[in-house]
Order: sequence, then C-alpha cells, then structure tokens
Amino acid sequence: MNRLECRGLTKQFGALTALDDVSFAIQPGRIVGLLGPNGSGKTTLIKLATGLLVPTEGEILINDQAPGPETKGMVAYLPERPSLPQWMTVKGLQDFYEDFFPDFRREVSGEMLDRLEISPKRKYKQLSKGTREKVQLILTMSRKAQLYLLDEPIGGVDPAARDYILDTIIRGYDPESSVILSTHLIADIERVLDDVIFLDRGRLTLTGSADQVREQKGMSIDALFREVYRC
Amino acid sequence: MPWEFRGDQPIYAQLMDQLRRRIVSGDLPPGARLPSVRDLAAEAGVNPNTVQRALAEMERLGLVRSQRTAGRFVTEDEAVIRSLRQDLARAQMGTFLAGMAQLGFRREEIMQMLEEEGGSL
Repeated sequence: MNRLECRGLTKQFGALTALDDVSFAIQPGRIVGLLGPNGSGKTTLIKLATGLLVPTEGEILINDQAPGPETKGMVAYLPERPSLPQWMTVKGLQDFYEDFFPDFRREVSGEMLDRLEISPKRKYKQLSKGTREKVQLILTMSRKAQLYLLDEPIGGVDPAARDYILDTIIRGYDPESSVILSTHLIADIERVLDDVIFLDRGRLTLTGSADQVREQKGMSIDALFREVYRC
Repeated sequence: MPWEFRGDQPIYAQLMDQLRRRIVSGDLPPGARLPSVRDLAAEAGVNPNTVQRALAEMERLGLVRSQRTAGRFVTEDEAVIRSLRQDLARAQMGTFLAGMAQLGFRREEIMQMLEEEGGSL
C-alpha cells in the first residue's frame, strides 16, 4: 500500500493551473523532498493531501483513501505559516494536541522542547518567529503518524536548529511512516532524502531516488536544482 | 573523524568509502561492533535507508558480518582487511600519480622526489 499516491492530479484556481496532471506514489518508510521554486505547486499539493483543498481533476490518496476524517488521524501536517492559537502557552498547546490527536506523544514533545531550551510556560505569541516554527514542528513530529507533511519546515530557523530538526527526522525514522518535506533550501536537507520530486509550474519534472539522481547526473540535487531552474 | 559528503556521488558509496577507511586505519578494529543503523544515520546526518544500503553492501563484500540480534561487526578475517588496505592504497596512488602527471612530472622526477621526501616519513 502506498502512503501517498497521486493520479493525474490537477488543481485549478480560476484560470491558473496550480497543478497539472501530476502522478507519483510514495511507499512507506521513505523521506521525500518536494522540491521546486516559489509558485511551483508544492503547498497546493500538500493542501490537497490534507483535504484542505479538493482536486479539480484526478485523485490523491492516503493509504488508498481519499482525504477525509479518517485520513486526518493518519497524517501529521505542518502548515507553511504558524497557525496555532496565539494566546496559549506552550504547555497549553501540548494539552491541545493531546486532546485532538490520540497519537500525540507528550513525553517526546517535552524532550524536544527541553533540548531546544523552550520553556513550556512561555506564551506562544511572545516567542520569536523561529521559535514559534520550532514549537509547531515539535508538536507535529511528536505525533506517531503514518504520513508527515511538512511544508517548509526549515525556512525560518537558524542553522543549529535546522541540524537538530533534521536529526529529529532521522532519529524519529520509522519504516512504516513516510515524511514529505517541501523546501527550496535543498543543500541543507538533501543528505536525508530517499527520494526527490521536482515540480515546475505545476508539472512534475523529475522523480526518483536521490542517490540515483546524483549518480546519473553526476551532481548534487542542489546543483541540479540550480541548473534546472536557472533564472 | 567527522563524516563528510560531496554532492556529485551517491551518498551510500561515500559512506562505504569512509567506513572502509575507518576499518583500514584501525578506527574500527577487527571484530568491533558497528553503531546501529539509526545511530550511524544520526551521527553522519544521512538517511537511515542510505546507511542500510551501505551496510548491506559492506556485508556482501565480506567486510562486515551481522549477528542476528547483536548487530553488525567488522570482519576478523585479516586477509580481507589486508586486501582492502591494498585496494585503498592503490586508489590513493592512482590519484597521486594522476595529479603529478597533470603538473607535468615524469616518472623519474616523481621517483626522485619520493626518495628525497620519503626521509621525512
């Protein structure tokens, strides 16, 4: 069973085609980079997988099911922008996640907050932008989901925290679950990727194993990205 | 010894190369237990599936062996390690000679320089 599968997936917003006939499948136990420049359809694809958007044509399946109430329990989603209630404390947010998600592992979140020296007593709105991003990522990764959808998880955090986040993804690795992370900061993350998916203006331009791509093209994914999307 | 990876080669191959060097240098002595896939992945900052692939390949080459529950161990077969040492040395030599050729050095010059510089070894 594929963790995520797209078949002829198309999404239009009025006259704009955000995704155009995209097909691919992601197996359990893979860490996948969803790569493309700004406006290539990465966030649209992730939102379709969460069920926040519905396809114009084609289909997207999570564990062979269309996104809906059942798949929401299997998917841990980190949106592109912080979306948590501003007035809550970090501890309040842990309670909130614990109430909402049966798979939330409170002790895991506590450990990670500790490691990054974020006090549970702090109010979310008083945190810096980067720290807010860290908190939301910690809460997302503390769920024991089958599919993690991380939309730009490393965009706003400092390099040390970035290393810690990648370390968290590696250590949290589970052969039964898959991680999809979208980013344009490829050099930082390419070592942790199993597979890559390149999007360009809504079209799938390349998909395959990261090591195979490096071997065939004789360059890093980052270098390839710069070549393919040269402005 | 830190793990370093270049972009233009598969990471599993680079990982194997660095593990081989560690075995030859004695960093990973014969019979030593290797870290688990997860720990090695975290230490090197690479994907666990990549580590798995590199270790499986090392096993196929007889450089490491796995014991069902105890983990993976460096081979204790000294002949295997000796031949690995020779292979790595030959590769190193090839790189050196190619570099010298590019600088325009001829065989006799290289030999003479080795004689002179060798004293400091």
